[in-house]
Amino acid sequence: MKVELLWWEGCPSYPEALEDLRQVLREEGLDPESVEVVEVVSDEQADRERFFGSPTIRIDGNDVVPPPEGDPVGLSCRVYRLRDGRPSPTPDLEDVRDAVRRRAYASR
Amino acid sequence: MRPGDSVPELTLPDTEGRSHSLSGDGVTAVVFTCNHCPYALAWHDRIAGVARDYADRGVRVLAVNPNDADRYPADSFDAMKERVAADGGWPLPYLRDESQEAARAFDAKTTPDVFVFDADGRLRYRGAPDSDHRDASRNAAWLRAALDATLAGGEPDEPETRPVGCSIKWKS
Repeated sequence: MKVELLWWEGCPSYPEALEDLRQVLREEGLDPESVEVVEVVSDEQADRERFFGSPTIRIDGNDVVPPPEGDPVGLSCRVYRLRDGRPSPTPDLEDVRDAVRRRAYASR
Repeated sequence: MRPGDSVPELTLPDTEGRSHSLSGDGVTAVVFTCNHCPYALAWHDRIAGVARDYADRGVRVLAVNPNDADRYPADSFDAMKERVAADGGWPLPYLRDESQEAARAFDAKTTPDVFVFDADGRLRYRGAPDSDHRDASRNAAWLRAALDATLAGGEPDEPETRPVGCSIKWKS
């Protein structure tokens, strides 16, 4: 299973997102050090990577929280919604966990 | 900008067609913020609560959006107006810093970035609204403590904290 975290320096949320992601992987019996961390540094790279904002977490190429249709790619901070509806710079831990479980079971 | 510095003499337009001097009378909190940043959004309700709670004590709370709207259209003046209208109005004016002159004069770093001035226009607090954007129960405690101390004629215990949020989107 390939786990990626893409980030941009204009948004300070990536260490928190990485910590959350590693916590979920650890709790699911997966290697928390397997995360590939990729810095996105230019609009061109953002286009190429289909980067919808920082942080973006993908598992086997699938976004853990797929962005709404039509969302632009680019260098920005991504707005997530927690399960209680509040805006957040990082995805809800349970959304990350659900995505990890879906991919982990699919790859068995 | 450091505690003790004077508030810059600037006037900015708000979403309702009014102009606001940043250096007006009374205790004033200037909060650099925006539409597109999750940190600014996460703290917004707490800052709006401060505006409501301190209005009868004569405190002005001004929200200022300085971001480059060419690269971040969600922060355009029109988008600001649409957001305020969609919310049914705000308890604080939402100002547009199109030239980014205010953000430069304040040396604002992030959205949000909070500045509290006393009635003489001296900076008494600069930093984050509180210690955790994720925890609504923090209730902008650092901003409230700074306002309480300033209204009492004193100094906040912590005159500076590290602002946390998205970087200001400067024009190139």
